[in-house]
Amino acid sequence: MTRPVLSIHDLSVDIPTRAGVVKPVDGVSYGIAAGEILGVVGESGAGKSMVGNAVIGLLSRPAHISGGEIWLNGNRIDTLQGERIRRVRGKEIGMVFQDPLTSLNPLLTIGDQLAETILTHLPISKAEAEKRVVAALEEVGIPGAAERIDSYPHEFSGGMRQRVVIALALCAEPSLVIADEPTTALDVSVQAQIISLLKRLCRERGTAIMLITHDMGVIAEAADRVAVMYAGRLAELGPVRDVLQQPEHPYTHGLMTSTPLAAMDQKRLHQIPGAMPRLSHMPEGCAFHPRCPRAQDKCRHAPLPAIEDTRAACWFPMQAETAQ
Amino acid sequence: MSAYVTVRGLTRVFDVSKPWLNRVLEGRGKAFLTAISDVDFQVEERTTYALVGESGSGKSTIGRTLVGLLRPSAGEVEIEGVNLATEVDADKIASVRSNIQMIFQDPYASLNPRWRVRDIITEPVASKGEDTVGLAERLLEQVGLHPSDAGKFPHEFSGGQRQRICIARALASEPRLIVCDEPTSALDVSVQAQVLNLMSDLKDELGLTYLLITHDLTVVRHMADRIGVLYLGRLVEEADPRSLFSSPKHPYTQMLLDAAPRMDGFGREVPPPKGEIPDPIDPPSGCAFHPRCPIAADICHRERPAMRRVDNALVACHLAE
Repeated sequence: MTRPVLSIHDLSVDIPTRAGVVKPVDGVSYGIAAGEILGVVGESGAGKSMVGNAVIGLLSRPAHISGGEIWLNGNRIDTLQGERIRRVRGKEIGMVFQDPLTSLNPLLTIGDQLAETILTHLPISKAEAEKRVVAALEEVGIPGAAERIDSYPHEFSGGMRQRVVIALALCAEPSLVIADEPTTALDVSVQAQIISLLKRLCRERGTAIMLITHDMGVIAEAADRVAVMYAGRLAELGPVRDVLQQPEHPYTHGLMTSTPLAAMDQKRLHQIPGAMPRLSHMPEGCAFHPRCPRAQDKCRHAPLPAIEDTRAACWFPMQAETAQ
Repeated sequence: MSAYVTVRGLTRVFDVSKPWLNRVLEGRGKAFLTAISDVDFQVEERTTYALVGESGSGKSTIGRTLVGLLRPSAGEVEIEGVNLATEVDADKIASVRSNIQMIFQDPYASLNPRWRVRDIITEPVASKGEDTVGLAERLLEQVGLHPSDAGKFPHEFSGGQRQRICIARALASEPRLIVCDEPTSALDVSVQAQVLNLMSDLKDELGLTYLLITHDLTVVRHMADRIGVLYLGRLVEEADPRSLFSSPKHPYTQMLLDAAPRMDGFGREVPPPKGEIPDPIDPPSGCAFHPRCPIAADICHRERPAMRRVDNALVACHLAE
């Protein structure tokens, strides 16, 4: 494998509260290679967006990185401050958020917003930037790009706005794009358009994409590898086909079988009992053990096995048993 | 089996005109948005009828018209044989109304944050002046929460638990029909499974009828006995889940099913659907789907297709076969 564009080592994020320090991200490690889409799945509160925010340095106080390292293209970026991280953000890393309306400035035309980003990060003239804007909008499939650069965000539909946001994320030619629930606010048919657009751009430009979503179907279709997160920790990491078809972690298995899609003709859906633990009341040992059907004594006390050695951070992975 | 709900020619038009002064200054006329147009369907007793469609297809408007939150512009809704819009006997209307309840999408917005759970749940019964002693506790247990939760406030619960409280509230007046408007869209997959299972159990136990409104095809496939697919305010196809998912007849249904992400669709490359839902203020002529339809012919531009039977389905398409 080539050297990863982004590599995260043992990342932890702390939020000090009155009741003590909580860890929304706890010892997460993964890398993304050029031209690869890494899907990050998990339920709300699993910490998947928090990792994305830590990478671009957008953690809002009092949350802060308390341990680990983030490397982008061979440079360490988690220690950068102020202007220096700002230069990385936008230039090296593009962001696509869930709600396209709130990530665009309603008072500027989309042409101005794109040109601003390009001029900030690339050493080119204004006229040249304008040409790039039109090219960028054409690339993401906005019809009549040359006329539409003078339109304001409210004049676009939801799907078109998300295309503009993607153009904005890509216009400075970043090596990494973090897409945080990019299609959650969109309709199914528009979602398919956006996903296929992301895949095409990833392939053509060799951009690494971190695709954060809760939708297993989107992951299956778009991602090359998938990282499953639970309660701030990595539960399973591996090639998408292996993880989704033969999950090793009981949580991944539960997640897969509770999707109505998987249980098409069953009368009842499989359900994982209980709910994700609160960050302030994390169980000892494996965070999933109170809900896990396979939990044994070891899970309640021993620290988790490191994910580098195995695919799933679990003492009793599913595959081991079925193989016997 | 008898039809519990009968909807005939239901149409709802909203006036979306700008204020009078703007219209005069800008020389514009009035503008009308047809949210639903000429919708017919029946919901059998003790079944789940699902309305699917993308945003702007009018599915929520139908739900709101059904429970009486909106008045129809034309057409009628008949529940238990009573036409709610024209019935003059107030008692009859009241008795039908008390048999209908609704569950909304956002369990954070649909519970009053200043009320205790006990008061929230018993409100539908208390408002009729009936006895509510022990009711909240019993219902909480029925939806899988603890009876002692009755004294808590909504903020003390997670999203899934709140949706359970909403269900308990809907059950309080012992309804026969529950209109569920995107009941699990705000919930995580594993929580969604819990809520959907609860809904199925309650349906069997209490003999409920559901009108399920959602955009999520997987939920529909799992829950529904009959499915109506909406596009731009019109019903384009109606069928049972098995025929709809195995052989969709309408090109829009086919497009929707193709576009939905699949769990086994690793690296699937399908040409994504063309275009987006058109502006409902100025809908296309003829069949509303024709600008995006891969098989559209001349007739589709001119004539609006009527519902007709093809195999097991009802389809509004000139060319479906």
